[in-house]
This record gives sequence, structure tokens and C-alpha cells, in this order.
Amino acid sequence: MPIEATNDFVIRFANVNGSGSASANLLFAKAILRMGAPIAPRNIFPSNIQGLPTWYEVRVSERGFLGARGGGADMLVAMNAQTFAQDVAALSVGGYLFYDSTRPLPPTMTRGDIAVIGMPLTELCAARYSDPRQRQLYRNMAYVGALAALLDIEVGVLEELIAERFKGKDKLIEANARALRLGFDDAKTRFACPLGLRVRRSEAVGDRILVEGNYASALGALYGGATVCAWYPITPSTSVAESFERLAGRYRVDPATGGKNVAIVQAEDEIAAIGMVVGAGWNGARAFTATSGPGVSLMQEFFGLAYFAEVPVVVVDVQRGGPSTGMPTRTQQSDLILCAFASHGDTKHVLLIPDGPGEAFEFTAAAFDLAERLQTPVFVMLDLDIGMNSHLTEPFRWDDERLYDRGKVLSPRQLDEIVEFGRYKDVDGDGVPYRTLPGGHPTLGAYFTRGTSRDRYARYTEDPAPYVDNMERLALKFETARRLAPAPVLTSAGAPAPIGIVHFGSTAAAMDEALALLADAGLAADALRIRAFPLSPDIAGFVRAHERVFVVEQNRDAQMKTLMTSDLGLDPADLTSILHFGGSPITARFIADAVAARLKPAAAPPILEDVT
Amino acid sequence: MTFQGKPKFRHPSIPTNTLGFTRRDYEGSMSTLCAGCGHDSITAAIVHACFELALPPHRVAKLSGIGCSSKTPTYMLGQSHGFNSVHGRMPSVLTGAYLANRELAYLGVSGDGDTASIGLGQFCHVMRRGVRMVYIVENNGVYGLTKGQFSATADRGSKSKKGARAADEPIDLAALAIQLGATFVARSFSGDKGQLVPLLKAAFGHRGAAFIDVISPCVTFNNHEGSTKSYDYVREHNIAVSALDFITGREPIEIDYAEGAALAVTMHDGATIHLRKLDAEHDFSDRAAALTLLERCRETGEIPTGLLYLDDDVEELHDTLGTTARPLNALTEAELCPGAKALEAINRGLR
Repeated sequence: MPIEATNDFVIRFANVNGSGSASANLLFAKAILRMGAPIAPRNIFPSNIQGLPTWYEVRVSERGFLGARGGGADMLVAMNAQTFAQDVAALSVGGYLFYDSTRPLPPTMTRGDIAVIGMPLTELCAARYSDPRQRQLYRNMAYVGALAALLDIEVGVLEELIAERFKGKDKLIEANARALRLGFDDAKTRFACPLGLRVRRSEAVGDRILVEGNYASALGALYGGATVCAWYPITPSTSVAESFERLAGRYRVDPATGGKNVAIVQAEDEIAAIGMVVGAGWNGARAFTATSGPGVSLMQEFFGLAYFAEVPVVVVDVQRGGPSTGMPTRTQQSDLILCAFASHGDTKHVLLIPDGPGEAFEFTAAAFDLAERLQTPVFVMLDLDIGMNSHLTEPFRWDDERLYDRGKVLSPRQLDEIVEFGRYKDVDGDGVPYRTLPGGHPTLGAYFTRGTSRDRYARYTEDPAPYVDNMERLALKFETARRLAPAPVLTSAGAPAPIGIVHFGSTAAAMDEALALLADAGLAADALRIRAFPLSPDIAGFVRAHERVFVVEQNRDAQMKTLMTSDLGLDPADLTSILHFGGSPITARFIADAVAARLKPAAAPPILEDVT
Repeated sequence: MTFQGKPKFRHPSIPTNTLGFTRRDYEGSMSTLCAGCGHDSITAAIVHACFELALPPHRVAKLSGIGCSSKTPTYMLGQSHGFNSVHGRMPSVLTGAYLANRELAYLGVSGDGDTASIGLGQFCHVMRRGVRMVYIVENNGVYGLTKGQFSATADRGSKSKKGARAADEPIDLAALAIQLGATFVARSFSGDKGQLVPLLKAAFGHRGAAFIDVISPCVTFNNHEGSTKSYDYVREHNIAVSALDFITGREPIEIDYAEGAALAVTMHDGATIHLRKLDAEHDFSDRAAALTLLERCRETGEIPTGLLYLDDDVEELHDTLGTTARPLNALTEAELCPGAKALEAINRGLR
């Protein structure tokens, strides 16, 4: 029986990288969004420019479950011959196969338990267009049109989106709309429309927006007052810097002079990028870089310097699959320990861990306040799933009354008023000293910044006592960071629950659904989402309050569990890891199955990676 | 070498500059380098140049990497902020500082190991970008703090104190700087203060990337027979290709030159340098000619010193970036934050 579902299905597009499918697929997804149905689109793409297979998956979920669903898709738009067999094999029983029937499909290539919908797309486009590139691009638009007919998507909404997309280019609007109609009309005559899978107008989206985490993070840097961005291209973080550059071009040009209120430099490597950020932070600008794991590895020495010399630095780390070059286009949460303890010697750094684009915006903006307040590096830990996929999220908000916290910077006037200035002296008991900026007071407040040990007055020394004094003050400063960092967020089961699930970052997208699946199975669980390192003492309280605690992570080595034991003194025996690290986003099914399996009285078989 | 502090006492009639500062005000703490180190002479030349230029000390930022040379910013300009960063990475830190505040003068102090070995990449790129700065390499051809290993500027065939011969082709930082777009490139000798001080003064007035490679003998590890960076060797092989007379806009001085012998160049800050060509053939504004000169001297084993190349029509980093004239570190919410209304419009575009 073909699947019957309205506003609750997964459609997967199998395309060839570089074929222009991305914009057509986005158009498709946005049309559903405009009809008010929640969607979660995800790219699954290779580290390649042209030719390799790429997939785009759209989950439609009236209930608002927006993590990757896992399992097979309900509908496949098979536009890549290379992966056809494996794509068809992965289709759910009762699913729909939509393919280009210009060339006949050998019976061995399909299945008996799915519905097959063939449309001669290449033939249709060949008849209509003579230019080969146009044939390819408009073939994409034609299948979007056909899908609109098959899934009952309002074609008017698609036309409206095309008009917005190509605003001011009337010829393109007309040409795209025509291709859309070509597919739509042909599908209407060829098939009984709509299918069992349907999109229906809904109010479920509300005023939410659809946005990529990397763009949101760049927007956070813009609103957070970043004036210096130094970066080096690396997947999956490149679009943070590029979005920042575009935003700055729009919002940071002085209307009177045309001068830019920002400096963006593409550095020669990640080491130079972080070096520039450290130099700018030292000199009083809000500066950041965006990178990924390999970049953080290269930057290590500078993180030690910034920690020890106490220079504000903001780093957006969009995590990908490691180690080494690893899986550049797959997602993981495997840089936690790398960033938390970056560089040699005793170092500890502040991590902010957003759950999606909304917090990516908030936390990136807040990172500049925290970095200047604490005079230390602050990492914003995104991952590829958050950064490079579009997520439905609450609209961005900003309070116009909000002022930047520039931290403890002594002005020339304050320098005149105080009795003495000690750059590394803890005046307020919070471990954070006062600093001065170059170029301020003509005769007071100059000091020498160095990575070597020094006393409270920034004088070089290797004596044990001042060294220990300084290191202990830095440890005290980390406790101040613990108080300032965002607190964890609790999702309560409502009634007292013996099961507690600790999670963080992009896992949040799957967690509500996982909790619902568990509740359906009679396993009520509370969930606590960690949002920062140093860890809140509330996390230890949560662990103590539950009989069985699971820590869900997207890495192999249970890095958050390690942080929980080292930073909070928790007993690792009290924490059961659920680890998903194959590079695809974690799914609710995986979490729920893993929790249920570990709660079975008999020894359960090990949970294997869900590879779909 | 010394462990004593500098005496605070000042003679009442000690000369002051136009800002009312004495030379002492441009000094730093006592040097801990070896007695006779060339680097201390360079420090003295920098102090001298800044005093005579009457640079407000707090408007200079001094940055360095790691090594003997990189320690010297502690010994100069005690009223300036300093940053002793990490090995070979001073150029990026200086670039970032310059991005944050374009109004200060930036002095980068580095060594041959810090620049030509570990830091060669950053050196190249900071020159390419045209960062407005004075970048000095205190070049002695060896690693001093780790006791005498060769650096990448050691001449092929020169001998280390322990008797080893440098096997690899040396890196000529001046040639590299010219090739990569530095617009003020000079070479000098720590033992020739008369040449070095005017070069430094001119470099501070330059509106782009100014680079000075200063041969600075290491008295402990590279001042022996067979070294090409020893005092004796450099004195014997030094040929000055140009001489500078530095004239600030404030103190007009009449100097007579034979026609054609001197070239007057007005610097960005209004000062003038008179450049006397000692090598009649050399054209200072010709990049190819400067490189040819360096190559010719390499063949003959001579060390050409003085200003080698100057391009005063400069596009420096902030020009390229189109940055606002105000220092970026002085901008506030009003200039930086687009505000709630703009955010609402952004939200609308994402639905």
C-alpha cells in the first residue's frame, strides 16, 4: 500500500553535485514553509565541486519534529543515475519513486513494494530548450513543478517565491515560471494528482524563520559589534565569514564617508587568522575568526597566548567529522576537548554551545561581551548540521537598549585617578584584572604583554610564587566564567522521572521527538541541555536527581562525559553514553532505541551506528 | 648581561625634544642581552630616532615574536604598549593591531630565525598586504637563546662557532621584501648608527610597509673567523649604496648637494628625506634595479647597505580595505549595531 500522509513525510532528492539542483530544491522546501507546514531541510553533500552525488532531504512535520528522522525516505526524487540503485533500495516500503523516464527503467532497477512515477523530464526540456545548460537548470525547475502537482503544493506560492528570488530580473522570473508550469501541467495530465503524500496549509510555522546557523552566527557577530574578522577558508565554516562580509557590506558602511566600519581579512592560514584576531583584541577591537577542527588544531599556540596574556578572542568553530581531514562535509561534535583545553600547559577555555541558528545568533553576539569581560578566548561551538543546514527557528530579536560590555578597560581619566595600575592584579576578587589600551594615556598604563610568566605588574619573572599566584587567579577567573556562562535548559517530563538525558548542541533538534517516542513507550525522561563550558553546577544536581543518566553525544569518545567528570567531579559510572558519530545528524529514533535498549534488564546487544 | 636597574637620576640640563621628553623617556628597562650584542645598538638607534622624531611614546606600539631580538622591545620605549607574541607570528599580531587602530605607529621587531625560518610565511604576507609599519629584522644568522644553531639567513659555507658549515642557500629578506611589495626596503648594520638612525626616521614616516634588515653580529655565537655576520666581516664587506639625510618639516635645514646627487622625498608626515646616491648607477624607485643590485652584491660577496628601494605612492592595507578613518576600536553601538528594526526586516526575508 502506498504511504498516506499529510504534512508528515520525508522526501529525498538525489542529485549530481554542481547540477544547479540546490536552488530548485530550496524553492521546493520554502514553498512548503510558506504554506505554514514546519520543515527541516538537510544537505548531504560531498567535498567536491562537481560530479559527485549529493542529496537533499526535506522532512515535513506538522508536529514540529525537526531533527533528522532517520530510516528511509517516503519519496525519492531520483535525478542521479550513479546512485539510483542504492537510493531506490533506501526508500520506505510503500514509498514513491519519482524519476526521469526519458530512458526506460530496467525492471531490475526498481522494487515491487513502491509506487513508481516516471516523467520524461529530459525529453520535455530538450523539446523546449536548445541550450544544454538551460536544459539542465530548467529540468530542475520542471521537477519542482511536477512535485507541486503530485504533493498538492500551491503553484502560486512557488511563483511568488520565484518572483522574489529573481526580483528585478523579469526575464528570469518568466523563464523559471514557465519551466515550473511545464512540469506542473505535464504531471497533471500524466498522473492522478495528488498522491497519498500531501502538503496542506497550516498555522504550525507561526512567525518562525528558516535560516542556516552559519549565517545566524555571522549576524550575531554583526550585532555583537565585531569590527575585525580574520579567517581562512575551510568547510564547513566558510559561510560564516562570507555571510559576515555580505552583512558588513550592507550594514557597516558609513553613510557620510563610504568608509567601512569593519576590517575583514582573508589570511594566509589559520595561524595568521588567529594571530590577527589576537592583535586586534589586544588593541581593543572586537575581533573573531571562524574555522573548523583542523583550523583549531593549527591555532593552538595562540590560544595559549591569549589565555595566558589575557586577550579577548572570539572563535566560531563549525565542527565537522574528524580526526585529521576526516569527513569535511559531515557533522560531528568532536572538538569539545580540543577547544576546552586548547594549547600546551594548564589552559581552560570558555565554550558556548548553541542548539541551532537562534542561539548561534545570540551566543555569537554574547561571546564578544564574555570575551571582553573575561579577557580570554571564547569558542562558539557550532557543527555542520547547525551551520550549513537551514533550520526553522524563532525570529531573531535584539533589544535596542542593550549596550556592549567592553569589560575592565581603564580610560586615561581613570588611570589618573587610581593609585596604581597592575595589569595582572585582581582588584575585584573575580580573577579578572584591568587592562589598558595602546595609545590612551600619554604616560600611564603602558605595559608589556607577553606569553612568559610575569608578576601582577606585568614584569617578567620565573619565581614560583608570582607564577602560582597568577595561575591561581586564572583558575579563579574560570569560576567567574562559570557564573556568567549560559545556564543549562531543562525539559521536564512533567511527573517525576527516573531517567535523565543530558545532551547539547545540534542533538536538541532530535531530542523533543526522542522524548515523545520514549514517553509513548512508557519511559518518561527529563532532558537537560548543556549550553556552555565551564559546566553549570546544575548539571551535577540533575545527575544526582536521576536514577539513570544518559549523555548523548555526536562523537566516539564521550567528550562531554569526560568534561562532566573532570569539571564537575561526577563519577563516570553514573553516566551512560549514547554516541552517534557516523557523520549524519543524530536521529530521534536512534536516541530512543539506544535508551530503551540500555534499560532492558537482559544484557542488550551493543547499539550500532545508525548509518541511514 | 646586567642585573642592575637604571638610575632614575637625570641631569637637569639633559636635552628634551619638542614634546618635552628626554631621550630617557624613550628608553626601556635594562637589557639582558650579552655585552656587545648588536641588538643593543639597534635598540639605542630606535630610541635615538624616536626621540629625535618626537614621537609621542604612547602612540607607538611595539610588537615582537620570540628570540633575542624579540626581547628588545622591553629595552626601548618604556611608555609604549608592547607585545611579545609567539615565535614567527609577530606579523599577524601586528596586522590585527593595525586593523584595530590605524592611528598608532607600529614597530615590529624580529630576528632572522623568527622571520626567515619559522616566520617566513607571515613575513611574506604582511609585506604583500602593505601593512603600515616599521619592520626590523635584527639579523645575526644564528639562534642565540638555544646556543648557536644556524638560521635561514646564514650564508652558505659560513662556519658556526662549533665548526659546522651552513649547507643551505640563504634567504635574502630584503630581496624578498622588495619582491613581495614592501614599499620601503633598506639594509643596515648595527655598528653604523649614522646610517641606521636616519633610515629608521624615514621608515617611521613611510606610509606603507617599511622593512629594514639590520645585520647585527652575535658576539657570543657568530662573531668568529669564518662567519659572514661578524663585526669584522661586515665592516670589511659593507658598501653603502645610499645615504639619507633626514629633515623634519619643523626644522628646515639647508644642505648643498651636487646637482643630480641627491633626491628629495617628502614623507607622509611632512618630513623630507634627502637621499644621496653613493652608487651612481642605482635607481631607488626601480624594483628590478634594486633586485639586480642585491644579486650583483651576492655574487661579489659585498653587503649593500642603505635604502635599497622606495615607492612613496603607496596603497596600504586600510586603503585596500576601504576602512573608515576612525580607529575601529573606538566605534560604538551607534555605528556597529544595525538595531531591532533592521533585524525585523532580516527576519522577514527568511520566511
